[in-house]
Amino acid sequence: MGVSEIAIEARNAVKAFGQGAAAVRALDDVSVQIRKGEFFTLLGPSGCGKTTLLRLIAGFESPTSGQILLDGQDITNLPPNRRPVNTVFQSYALFPHLTVAQNVGFGLQMQGKPKAEVEETARRMLALVRLEAMADRKTSQLSGGQQQRVALARALAPKPKVLLLDEPLSALDLKLRKEMQVELKRLQTETGITFVFVTHDQEEALTMSDRIGVMSAGKIQQIGAPRDIYTRPVNRFVASFIGETNFLPATLQGAAARLGTGDLVELTDPPTRSGTVTLTVRPEQVRLAESGIAATIASWVYFGTDTHVHLALRDGTEVVARLQSNPSGETGLTQGAEVHLRFAPGAVQVLGD
Amino acid sequence: MSLEDDARARNVRSAWALSAPALLILLLAAAGPLLIVAVYSFLSPGKYGNVEWVFSLDGWRGILFTKDIFDDTLKLADAHLTIFWRSVKLSLLTTGITFLVGFPTAWFIATRPPRARAFWLFLITIPFWTNLLIRTFAINEVIRNEGLFNTVMIKLGLFDTPLRIINTDAAVLMGMTYVYLPLMVLPLFAAIDRFDMRLLEAGYDLYASRWQVLRRVILPIVKPGIIAGSILVFVPSLGAYVTPRVLGGGKNMMIGNFIELQFGQGRNWPLGAALSMTLLIVVMAALLIYVRAANKGGNGHG
Repeated sequence: MGVSEIAIEARNAVKAFGQGAAAVRALDDVSVQIRKGEFFTLLGPSGCGKTTLLRLIAGFESPTSGQILLDGQDITNLPPNRRPVNTVFQSYALFPHLTVAQNVGFGLQMQGKPKAEVEETARRMLALVRLEAMADRKTSQLSGGQQQRVALARALAPKPKVLLLDEPLSALDLKLRKEMQVELKRLQTETGITFVFVTHDQEEALTMSDRIGVMSAGKIQQIGAPRDIYTRPVNRFVASFIGETNFLPATLQGAAARLGTGDLVELTDPPTRSGTVTLTVRPEQVRLAESGIAATIASWVYFGTDTHVHLALRDGTEVVARLQSNPSGETGLTQGAEVHLRFAPGAVQVLGD
Repeated sequence: MSLEDDARARNVRSAWALSAPALLILLLAAAGPLLIVAVYSFLSPGKYGNVEWVFSLDGWRGILFTKDIFDDTLKLADAHLTIFWRSVKLSLLTTGITFLVGFPTAWFIATRPPRARAFWLFLITIPFWTNLLIRTFAINEVIRNEGLFNTVMIKLGLFDTPLRIINTDAAVLMGMTYVYLPLMVLPLFAAIDRFDMRLLEAGYDLYASRWQVLRRVILPIVKPGIIAGSILVFVPSLGAYVTPRVLGGGKNMMIGNFIELQFGQGRNWPLGAALSMTLLIVVMAALLIYVRAANKGGNGHG
């Protein structure tokens, strides 16, 4: 990848809060390259450092050490008002004393653009988020979803090189959130602007992103396309944070792994090392079969589209299988019954730790 | 009449009954004296003070004009105009200076952690618990020719002769700024306390410099606090009596002292009453214009 394709980059960024022994590393040596025009998501639980990284890029915080580069230029010491980067805030942070159109035009006005251009761009941006009719309203007269759109239009109006979105959908109800997810993706495609999106919602990350950076404890755990992250998690954290999964302790034996029950599981992508490892397999990749690993049915929960069956292996390991419902919704399962299970080919991953 | 209407009527009756004591006090203590002052302004002065019950417009005429001692022709009273002008000028300056000093102070307090905030607010309000006269004499003690400031400056060899501050407009200004500062800080604090600090980041993010954030984001939003503080400082400044008396000496009178003079040595109660009414009307008119203009400015901004 050439340097010119990278929109924003963090190099060994460290951010420590507090002094001396009490210092907390919110960001611990984070390096990440975000490509031009991509929808990049920083995903992680609260307190993982994702918002801190976003604030470093915006310029609201300066790193304890390390660099932030925009288009290959070091912008680490540039104040936020001189960075061609705009933010959509979690709280929207709309100016209550200005109308919707004035809010949207604020950035351009501060850049000293002529009045006609400011008004024209504000109108165009409001059309982009479908709020032309609200241009002269006060922001307090808008609903949460509409305020969200104004915040988006306001951040997009100055045509930033990178748009930062700090959990912008978390305050919306489920239905509105789904609509805005589609809307955001559409805006990103239409404007071609690089989006850096922060969320703790794994589904949001999977459905919207070109690439995801999963963060935990101030470090980036894994960067990759949604499919890679879901199907080939590198460690236990990533595997459990994104979707549901089963963990199985095992010992490596060549191209296979021996479970605690003594059963052998074939690996499509065996690691070179040996010893004890943890295997992971998604519930939807576990099937009940005539033969295979013996298990007892502990319980099940009916979810409509599928049924989650909790199984106990011989060595006590718990495995959850997600079985697609049949037309009648009946599972034909009995509690305590002996069954056998198999894993779909290629579904078993060896975790790195 | 339905049961509901009946209950409502009873509520209204009891509400009136409950507020009756307050209304009575307002009537007797505010409206009553005001009425007396209004009536007095249209009467003739008595020889030894008080009034004679003879209708006369001399009180009102005396605000701007004086009768020549020899030929009874009316002349514009320069001395009065000087006093009015000084009052307005010093009051506006006091309002301006308390704002310039009070805004950073209020901002500082509002951005402290809640516990420290209470402490700082307490410090700001301490002067309120002290008698105005004592506070004014304290200022006098600091700035008079043999006072703290001049003694220290001369001892340090910075001045040869004491700097004359006392009995000047500057001394009055200093005193009023000190006395009325809390009245500016408190409403500003209340407004800044409600201000959403996240808007600062939004401003910086949208290319506004620190100065632009102050002018385009902070000031318009805390404007109600600025208006309230300005009114609370300007109105009592205009009618100030103790401060110009103690710090301005006899000569640098403001309207308050001038009015007192009419009821005292001047023995011209109708003129004093007319001056009081004028002050009241001017303040009301100024407030009305100010509030109107301030509100209009808020909507058409951009």
